[in-house]
Amino acid sequence: MSTATTDAPTQPPAEPPDDGSGGGGGGGGEGSGRGAAFGAALWSRLRALANALLLPALALFTALVIGALVMIFTDPNTLNQWSSFFADPVGALKASWDLVSDAYGALFHYSLGTPEFFGRTLTEATPLALGGLSVALAFRAGLFNIGAAGQLVIGATCAGYVGFAFDLPAPIHLPLAVLAGFAGGAAWGSIAGVLKARTGAHEVITTIMLNYISYRVLDYALRSQRFRPPGRADLISRPVHDSARLPIIDVGDVRFHAGLFLAIAAAVAVWWLLERSTVGFRMRTVGANPFAARYAGMSVGAMYILAMVLAGGLAGLMGTVNITGRPSFTLTSGYYAFLGFDAIAVALLGRANPAGVLGAAFLFGVLRAGSTGMQANTDTPVDIIVVIQALIILFVAAPALVRQIYRIKAGRATGQSFTTNWGL
Amino acid sequence: MKVELRAITKRFPGVVACDGVDLSVESGEVHALLGENGAGKSTLMNILFGLYQPDEGEILLDGAPLTARSPADAIAAGVGMVHQHFMLVPVFTVAENVMLGIEPTGALGRIDRAEARRRVVDLSDRYGLAVNPDAVIEDLPVGVQQRVEILKALYRDARCLILDEPTAVLTPGEIEELMGIIRQLAAGGRAVIFISHKLREVLTVADEITVLRGGKVVGNTTPAEADEAGLASMMVGRDVQLVVDKDVADPGDTVLAASDLVVEDDRGNTVVDGVSLEVRAGEILAVAGVQGNGQTELVEAVCGLRRPEAGRVTLDGRDVTGLGPDHLFQVGLAHVPEDRQRDGLVGSFPVASNLVLNQLRNAPFSRRGRIDRRAVRRHATRLVEEFDVRTPSVDAAASTLSGGNQQKVIIAREFFHARRLLVLSQPTRGLDVGSIQYIHRQVVAKRDEGAAVLLNSSELDEVLALADRIAVIYRGRIVGVVDRADASRELIGLLMAGAVDEAAEVAPEAGEEDEAVTVT
Repeated sequence: MSTATTDAPTQPPAEPPDDGSGGGGGGGGEGSGRGAAFGAALWSRLRALANALLLPALALFTALVIGALVMIFTDPNTLNQWSSFFADPVGALKASWDLVSDAYGALFHYSLGTPEFFGRTLTEATPLALGGLSVALAFRAGLFNIGAAGQLVIGATCAGYVGFAFDLPAPIHLPLAVLAGFAGGAAWGSIAGVLKARTGAHEVITTIMLNYISYRVLDYALRSQRFRPPGRADLISRPVHDSARLPIIDVGDVRFHAGLFLAIAAAVAVWWLLERSTVGFRMRTVGANPFAARYAGMSVGAMYILAMVLAGGLAGLMGTVNITGRPSFTLTSGYYAFLGFDAIAVALLGRANPAGVLGAAFLFGVLRAGSTGMQANTDTPVDIIVVIQALIILFVAAPALVRQIYRIKAGRATGQSFTTNWGL
Repeated sequence: MKVELRAITKRFPGVVACDGVDLSVESGEVHALLGENGAGKSTLMNILFGLYQPDEGEILLDGAPLTARSPADAIAAGVGMVHQHFMLVPVFTVAENVMLGIEPTGALGRIDRAEARRRVVDLSDRYGLAVNPDAVIEDLPVGVQQRVEILKALYRDARCLILDEPTAVLTPGEIEELMGIIRQLAAGGRAVIFISHKLREVLTVADEITVLRGGKVVGNTTPAEADEAGLASMMVGRDVQLVVDKDVADPGDTVLAASDLVVEDDRGNTVVDGVSLEVRAGEILAVAGVQGNGQTELVEAVCGLRRPEAGRVTLDGRDVTGLGPDHLFQVGLAHVPEDRQRDGLVGSFPVASNLVLNQLRNAPFSRRGRIDRRAVRRHATRLVEEFDVRTPSVDAAASTLSGGNQQKVIIAREFFHARRLLVLSQPTRGLDVGSIQYIHRQVVAKRDEGAAVLLNSSELDEVLALADRIAVIYRGRIVGVVDRADASRELIGLLMAGAVDEAAEVAPEAGEEDEAVTVT
């Protein structure tokens, strides 16, 4: 338990009693110039960055190692080699090495190996980044947004409808579709926010339930004449018109859609909101200590609602870039809702920090884009990637486990855990 | 039993918490460990209790070395500890809490409740603890809960009992009782180590006194040889003035007026029952009372954190009843909350952010929603210096500061923007002498600048040191308002206990022209 700091020796050792002036002494020695202070600040920032990256990197590494073991022990040929391990130990090891290096080699080749594959990786990462930002923003306000899936579905539905129901010139049509997607997700997210602020209903419960409702809302829409393409009876919508599709960007041979810029802009916006604006400060305060926020005159409920509106909007944008950027351009039942859950993983891996979320989304993009190529070329099933993703999250969520494996001393560089470990 | 700590040294990154500390306690002895926050008292005791391993030095029990790797080892060796924060299961009874972990069992592992209950009653009687074994913990006052913790240690046959700041959470009456219990424990052959930074208590109860400062032993003495001033300067390392210098108040207009306030607590009980009071500019009105007599809710109602059921609150003549804290801040109210860690600070935020927590929306800290980080930093640097907050930098997380410095952060923030009314709830609870002295001076300075101060405190010493007038609250009603000049420790103590008739007897003769005590 954290017994605060009642007697934790965090104060610098008592200064010698000052003789003349009766003041308590304003700290020993003035800082030696600005340069030194700046250098120290930079150094501590770098250390903090390295520290922040260390655990996710080790989590990734550990997950890949375990993923390799799973591959070895589920592959019939390799297992065969292992059964004759004592007759031919080199053969067993070589077969295992070949299996794993082929699989991971393919995984990274088909995600990063050529400009074309790199473009696909970026395309996969884009919605994940927006979803991760949604979950991260809510998290910083003290809310666990499990509802990115539902907000994505509603956002995609709204954006998709605008995309195929109207005929407008592209400079108007596409922004309108994006706006509709944001608004749809924001409206859906706001329901959980209002419920939390007004009645105290826990957002985890309400967002999960709203997810189920959102799937049925989409199904209902897909049955309507407005959505259904002529002559089709199954649950599928008309395709989004060209004028509402995200333009394809081609840099060298790297092809991706313009949603990537939207994601990066969103990350910058979320960072600015959280770190530089008074509204974001209030949100973070509510997230870190709602009691102190209330005593400081902040409206806790209003911040919950605003955070859910923005988180919902970001998740709506995740749906929007999917429907206006992913070939097929049609809505189907349960439209890519699973991405909403991957978004939670991305936010967790990115430590609810916009830059971290972009990095985590890229990593997941690599895994998602590379896995199909890996399956096609090495017989290693894509499911292994699901296992690896899950393991990464497991290790990120249980940092103590990773520290144990690699014998890292807990939180030496960060001020916070520095003291919490001293308590009882 | 003789407990000896020899040359104990414990280092934490960047600090030597204990530096070659020697300490020895024998059965039948009460040994007080005195020191400011951060002096290493708790660290030393956590080492004895097996929570930390010493880097150097050894622990001897009756001459035999003890290597306690965990509290379980220490308990087995006969060392018991009562922590500042209790570790009780609120929904269990006293007997259940006491036996938890070492339940006496009968056939087939059935818990022998009768046996446990009998032993609890037995121990409770022997040491005068007066605890009902069948009471449920959450229904008991804090003082009784603490006795349950002592019972737990005794039930585990602790021959050496460590009490970590046991009086921090107690009312004056409960402190008296605890002192009696400690004497009885010693008389019963237990060795007691009593950690405190309150001089009066240490001088009352201890046989031996060891003073720690900066992780080192700076003095060994006995109550017969020591006095408060001597101990205080030993603790702080320089001369300390225990009395607050202040002139007689020169009150101006009424700033805060509460009339017939009725306030309910979270469970819907009426805990403030028709309270009326006035605080004028340039005076300190103390609301004195034993914890739980409605003063917390009264303060919350005044500060806009709790809506009163009836009555009116005015600030400078304006009706502010039911306005939220943000409105009240704008008209000049500042509030130092009772629970500083929960309500006053965001522990994970840097000191600089905490210093502007309720003012960030105002210029110069932000413009049109954009934070001016340089202005925030400049302000923080200035306040840290002005209020002598000991922090490595304004970027350090508030949770890494000691309790006294955390409180100074809150004091700095609130005093900075206090213009008309300053509400202080338990402003020095749990703080060391140096910080208390500092905060008291600041409060008087703020009064002399013309602010009205409403002080809610259950520390009699603090009330007597600061107040110009004292309103005693008992069961949600003000039972008496006394001018400081007419207030004696005895009178206020009696009023706090609700003994209004006895209080009227000890009250000084009411002068012809003025009524010193209004007993309602």
